[in-house]
Order: sequence, then C-alpha cells, then structure tokens
Amino acid sequence: MTCNNTIVTGAHDCNQRLRSDILHTLVTTGEQRSGYTSQVPLDSCDATAPALVVDDLVKAYHGRRVVDGLSFTAPRGAITAVLGPNGAGKTTTIECCESLRTADSGQIAVLGLAPQDRTLRHRVGVMLQDGGLPTGVRAVEMLRHVAAMYPEPVPVDDLVEQLGLESFARTTVRRLSGGQRQRLALATALIGRPELVFLDEPSAGMDPQSRHAVWELISDLRDNGVSFVLTTHLMDEAETLADHVVIVDHGRVIAQGTVPELTHSSGSTDGSAATSTLHWNGPADLPLAELLDQWEKMSMSAVAATGSLSTWSAEELEPGQYRATGPTTPDHLKVLTSWAAARGALLSSIAVNQRSLEDVFLELTGRQLR
Amino acid sequence: MTSPSTQWLHRARAQTLFEARMILRNGEQLMVTIIFPIALLILLSTTDLVDIDTAGAAKIDVLAPGILAAAMMTTAFTSQAIATAFDRRNGVLRLMATTPLGKSGLLAGKIAGVFAVEIVQIALIVPIALVLGWNPSLHGIVGALGIWILGTIAFTALAMLVAGVLRAEAVLAVANLVLAALIVGGGVIAPVAQLPDPLRTLALFLPSGAMGEALRGAFNAAGVPAFSVVILLAWSTALGWGVTRLFKWN
Repeated sequence: MTCNNTIVTGAHDCNQRLRSDILHTLVTTGEQRSGYTSQVPLDSCDATAPALVVDDLVKAYHGRRVVDGLSFTAPRGAITAVLGPNGAGKTTTIECCESLRTADSGQIAVLGLAPQDRTLRHRVGVMLQDGGLPTGVRAVEMLRHVAAMYPEPVPVDDLVEQLGLESFARTTVRRLSGGQRQRLALATALIGRPELVFLDEPSAGMDPQSRHAVWELISDLRDNGVSFVLTTHLMDEAETLADHVVIVDHGRVIAQGTVPELTHSSGSTDGSAATSTLHWNGPADLPLAELLDQWEKMSMSAVAATGSLSTWSAEELEPGQYRATGPTTPDHLKVLTSWAAARGALLSSIAVNQRSLEDVFLELTGRQLR
Repeated sequence: MTSPSTQWLHRARAQTLFEARMILRNGEQLMVTIIFPIALLILLSTTDLVDIDTAGAAKIDVLAPGILAAAMMTTAFTSQAIATAFDRRNGVLRLMATTPLGKSGLLAGKIAGVFAVEIVQIALIVPIALVLGWNPSLHGIVGALGIWILGTIAFTALAMLVAGVLRAEAVLAVANLVLAALIVGGGVIAPVAQLPDPLRTLALFLPSGAMGEALRGAFNAAGVPAFSVVILLAWSTALGWGVTRLFKWN
C-alpha cells in the first residue's frame, strides 16, 4: 500500500489552491482546451497520491462476503473503470470509498486520505446508482441547490448547456426519463469542481446521443486533470472511456490493465501480434487446410525470429463464409489474399476483429447468468 | 475566505429553505399541513359536529391551542416522516451526505425546515382563530413558545425514527394513521379530561396529550403544567436516542 492515512498538515489548504488552479478551466469552453496540457502539478502536498487506493477490502452482508479481499489503484488524472457482472461487489466497493458504507476490513485511501475525512466532501463528486434526487424538485433547481453546497461551484448554466439539461430544466425529477435523470445526477456530481469523481453506472438508461455527450465531457475533464472511478457493465463504455480497467468478480479483482493490455492475446506480453478473428466471404468450399499450411510455414520462420509459436484455426461457417482465429500480422493477410488469388477466388470482404473487451470479460467471468 | 462554521451555516440554511419549499410545493403535504388544520379549526368552531365540553370557557379558546398543536404534529411528524422516508428510499440522504452539507447539515436543515413550515402554519392559523373570536392570554406566549420547540423536537424525532426504520410505503400508512389516532384520541384537540377513562390516563403520557394540555394551559392563563413538560422532555430524549441508534441511511 503506497498510501497511509496520515493527513499531511495543511494539505487541505494546499489542495484548495490546487483545485482553483487546475479546475478553473474545468467545464469551460473549448478555447482553453487545446492549449491546456498540464496535469496536476507536482507539489509538496499530497497531490501526487493516487486518486484511489483500495487494499484488501472485505465487506460481508449476513455472513456472505460481497467484497472479498479486493485491491486496486486508480491513478490521478485517469479514468478507471471497475467492470463486473451484477453482484460482483462493484457498488459496495464504491460506496465504501464514498464513506456511505464501512468496510469490515482492509484499507482505502481517497486522494491519500481516509474515506471518512470531512475535507474529502469538498474534493470528491459522487453519482449514485439510484440517482439520489428528490422527486418533487425541478431539474435545474436541484442542480442549483447542490451548487450552493460548494464554495466555488461550476457555473450552473455551463453544465446545463454541456449536458443538454435545458430541454427539461423546469421539469420535476419525477417526470424525467431514466437518461435525463442520469444526466442530472452526473451534473450534480460535477458541480463542485471535484478532483475525483465516483460514477456508479453513469450511462445506464441513456440514449446513444446522451451517452456520447457524457463520455465526451468525462474525457475532457480527465484531460484537465480530474480523476474518475466508474463502475459499469457496459463493455463499450469501458472500452471507449477507460484508461485503466479493473475486472471484478465474486468480490475480487480478476484482471486489470489498459484495454489493449486486456484484449491482447492472453499470455503474450512480448509485443507480438494480437489474437484476432478474421472473417471473409468468397466462393464456397475453398481448401482451408492449404491456407493453414501456408500460415504455419510463415509462422515457423517467425518463430525463429520471435521465439513464439502460433496456432491458427479456420472453418467455413456457411457456404462461402469463413472464419479464422490466430495471431494476425499484415503478412497473414497477404498470404490469405494470394492463396485466394491462386485459386481465382475473389474475396468479397475481409474483416479483422481483435478480441473485444467483452470476449475477455466473458472468458474471465464465464457465461452463466447471474 | 469565510470560516468553516459560517460555511456550515450557509449550507444548512440553503438546505432549510430547500426542505421547506419542497413541503409547501407538494400537494399532499400542503393538504395535511395547511388545509387540514385550517379546515378542522373552522369546522369545529363554527359547527356542533363534535361536542367539546369547554367548562364555561369560549369554545374557540379551547379549540385554537389544540389546532395549533395538531398543526405542529402534521408538519413535525406526518409530513416529515413521509418526506424523509422517500428521500431515504430515493438515495437523497446518501447523496447529500457525500456533499459538503454532510449528515449534520442535512439533519439541521430538516429540523429547521420543519420550524419554517410551522411558522407558515402559525401565520395562517392564528389570524383565522382570532377572527373566529380566539382570545388568548398573552402571558402564555413564552411558555407556549417553549412547548412548541420541545414538541417539535419530540415529533420530528418520532418522524425520523419511523422514516429511518420502515419502508417508504409503510411510513406513508403509519404516519397518517398515527396522526389520525392521536388527533381523535390523543388529547390534542379535545382536552384529555374529556376522554374515556383508559384513554384519559394514556393520553396524559403521550406527547400529543402533553402538547395539547400545555398549549391550552399556556393560552388559557392556567399556565403550562410541569407534568406536560416532563413528558415532552422524556419523549424527546427517548426518541432522539432511538434515532441515533436505529436510523438507517439506506
């Protein structure tokens, strides 16, 4: 554990100053964005502590361990996605970090501080899975109310514009659609210029336009130094957004890394070709055995160079529809097309699909329903 | 840079106004806190629907303090229990606890919000009662004020206890049923002495009976009975303790 719970004297004042430095440009117009490159400045105070450190966290309900020795670190200025099936312990973990639940054992450091530290309430933004919005309040009225809780909130109108809240500004929360509620809840999480934001399934129930607007805003804030920890079971959300993915199941971390690291063929860490699936269409009954032969010969020479042995498999799914899986290089495609050309076969399409995060996720967590 | 305590007050004040606004804007809440007590006051004082033995005093002089006590209960107990229960179910309590407002500011805002709504009630009920001929003893105002604060604390604590333990739907039922039961048989509007015997003794020990008797005593120049004050203090302490032990934020 790189962080302990020692509170640096004066850290709060220091961070307050940092916040106004860093986040002044936050959620403002795009003018500054292009020229704004600096990350959180290194300083004598704890600005260098990771955004979140969870170490050997355990939480049980009625004797059942929902979180069971879970550990991960979320870096500063990055988006960390905690990915897992329903009931994997994601929300419980996040709620322990938000000080809404108390862990049975293990340690948590939020921006280098214990989660109960009152100063964190100024520095951390929270979006709960159930929204946390009273039903009788009008959308923007709620946002203004939460803004009143912070000393230097983001101008309400800016967030209203960026998250497209105008169209339902005066509608009561009761009458909002699921996606509109989510956008409002996200706005309330961001209104206080947080350094770290916890988002529990942020884009659940949103239409594609809203999701992309939300992802863009989150990425922009990340580029300006804000750290995010979000839970999701949406693969494309994690794939699009996350700098760092933590896959959780049965209360434990079962894999973590960047998306490329995770989708890279399992076990190959030497920078060799990623396992991909090739799909192509052409005439029926092409001799796949010959193709595999040629690929193998090609690979043998590659083995000499890289020392790694590759395995390829191929099949004809439907007449004229083929699929092959293996470590794909540009040369493999060259062999494929020349093999087809030698038989006078015109391939009507070739597609290369890398393993998706979803493939990795299902491999790791299994396919049974929860 | 303002001091932390000034900031806390600023946030709690914002929460107070927010809570009061939410109550006064909600149709059902407006019904139970404003329209119901006023209708009861007008109905009972201008008709003989319910026979109240006034022991020689003007009927409105017996009724008005009781209506004020009942109005206080609708806000501090029924309305607050329902509002808090649904806030709890919707995660509002948890969300606000993560903002700088925190649990302490949220609780302060809720209690102050109850007092704010009660001030609106008093501003509406007292003039109507005066028009209907109420002639309160002005010496009793200080005593009545103390009882008002103590009673509000006891009933708000009861509201929090119910809202923090039961499901929102159950709170909806319990908050209304308990209000109805206390108004009919709890010594709020009809003086405790007029209740049938087992109820009479019971009502004296209920916060509702204590409130009703104390406010009638204050405004009828008889003075606030010490016994009622003790009862209200005991309920406030017990319920407050219960809230700190049993209230669940989610």
